[in-house]
Amino acid sequence: MNLRGIWAVFRKEFRENLRDRRTLLSALVFGPVLGPALVAAMVQFLISHAETQSDENVTVAVSHAERAPNLLAYLNARGVDIVKVDLDEAGARRAVMSQQYKIILEIPEDFGARLQEGQPAPVILYSDSSRPFDRRSSGRVRGLVAQYGIEIAQLRFLARGIDPISVLPISPQEVDVSTPSSRSALVLNMMTYLILLSMLFGGLYLAIDATAGERERGSLEVLLTAPVPREHLIYGKIAAAAAYMLISLVLTVTMFSVAISFVGLEKLGTSANLGPRAAATMISACAPLILFGAAYLTFVSAFAKSYREAQTYLGLMITIPTLPLMFAGMLGLQTKTAFMFVPFLSQHLLLTTVVRAEEIAPVHLWISVVSTVIYGFVLTWFAGRLYRREGLLG
Amino acid sequence: MLEARDLTKSFGAIAAVRGVSFSAGDGRITGLLGPNGAGKSTTLRMLYTVLKPDSGDALIDGRSVVADPLAARRSIGVLSHGAGVYNHLTARENITYFGELHGLSRADRNARAAELIEQLEMQPFADRLAKGFSQGQRLKTALARALVHKPRNLLLDEPTNGLDVMAVRGLRKILAQLRDAGHCVLFSSHVMQEVEQLCDEVVVITGGQVVAAGPLADVRARAGNLRLEDAFVSLTDGNGGDAK
Repeated sequence: MNLRGIWAVFRKEFRENLRDRRTLLSALVFGPVLGPALVAAMVQFLISHAETQSDENVTVAVSHAERAPNLLAYLNARGVDIVKVDLDEAGARRAVMSQQYKIILEIPEDFGARLQEGQPAPVILYSDSSRPFDRRSSGRVRGLVAQYGIEIAQLRFLARGIDPISVLPISPQEVDVSTPSSRSALVLNMMTYLILLSMLFGGLYLAIDATAGERERGSLEVLLTAPVPREHLIYGKIAAAAAYMLISLVLTVTMFSVAISFVGLEKLGTSANLGPRAAATMISACAPLILFGAAYLTFVSAFAKSYREAQTYLGLMITIPTLPLMFAGMLGLQTKTAFMFVPFLSQHLLLTTVVRAEEIAPVHLWISVVSTVIYGFVLTWFAGRLYRREGLLG
Repeated sequence: MLEARDLTKSFGAIAAVRGVSFSAGDGRITGLLGPNGAGKSTTLRMLYTVLKPDSGDALIDGRSVVADPLAARRSIGVLSHGAGVYNHLTARENITYFGELHGLSRADRNARAAELIEQLEMQPFADRLAKGFSQGQRLKTALARALVHKPRNLLLDEPTNGLDVMAVRGLRKILAQLRDAGHCVLFSSHVMQEVEQLCDEVVVITGGQVVAAGPLADVRARAGNLRLEDAFVSLTDGNGGDAK
């Protein structure tokens, strides 16, 4: 087989796109810079909040504070700042929703009387659980109030001559077996998603240009009159898109490695495993996906009539391969041999394994690499068939 | 030498070309004349092998476009509708790219590009990116690209569309040079004056069929008129391109 045409098309596409600002931005800037910057910023934010939250005083607005002076003194002694307010139920709800106060504790009128009679005495805690950081504070206040209740109960048992220990039959002890690296995998889960997406974006404009762009410019017809087998034209284009995707992949992983080393995950009690060795493993786990991704994007955009239409299609189609990743994230999928046959999902699971500093099973790696490469060649062949159709001219 | 033999082509229910036969000889400029939608572009596209005829055949220097499109492509140069060039390549790179696709060695395609740039007077813009080219500069680039492999036959689809007077005159001069060098030039147009000024032979197509063909003077005479425009109207019955 004479590969002259493939090589000529590859070289021209590579060079032409090197001069195209859109391609360069999407291949070399958006993915490799914005993704790592985003994750680094998020991690930095989490770290700063984790550092301040645990030992910071919590401010609680208390409605009718005069009804429970002992409870408030107990809370105050344990790092809760009390602000006295006078709000009814509706007022309290509004104040929390509008973020005037993050947590409001309301002491009902009969609190003191019920406590005296030995009846359960209600207190009402208003907070907004849709705000993660408030949720943590309100949990702390709830825990302190409950602890206060337990202490009162223990006093009551003592008063009746019962050993308070006997009413605590079970004492749960939690053991967290997550390692620093596995905790970091939790934090960095979206990183694999961004790496794969960034890789796809690297070849996006080449794929659009390959058919839709040529058609719109009116150069496709002349190209098809060159004495080169038609499928070779698209093979060259797919190869050029793949080259940009490879560059994008290498840059993105490298930038992640650098960015993560700067934010200092140790402060979160975790450390991401993203040294040069891990980065190299991640790149080689993803590399087989490049042919598949390039062929996929080129194939899809060949159906579009215009550049704009291709952009619309690809905006949608680029999310489809990443769907399994979202499911994997939501369902907490564990690595299984069967998943290694699924492109994108297998790479996601392999990357996650690397970040968690766990061993990749060689059989998993092989299945992922070989099956993805086969899919890539099959899709490339299909794209070639597409170029033999005359409907291609639009 | 181009020869169309009873070409037909339909797109769905629409019969675009219904049995077109004609020949275009070497050392002659042949005009494919017809109203919009008459089947000119479809006929040309079958000749330059991007469309496959439903039936019939076309021979390029004796090579069938159906049986051996790759061989047929080697002896044609094509200027398609709109003359699309690659904006992020220079004029020179546009030319050498096609030289490479045609299998010219690096030295050959560079030499050939330099030759064409001189011949078509493209020196002022040869090494600029095509992004900012005028229509005339684009046309020259596309024309040089079509000629890079020294094809015997040149096919042009409505080459004068969107060109100003100077560019059209330039094109006319170049086509005349090519004819004098023995090339077979076939171009389509719906502009009468153009065909009249440039062509030795004319093929009038309407409704996907050839209604008149031959030397310019004969076609005029057959319609009993002196001016081609009147001949054209009487030949096509003033019916435009709609199939009857």
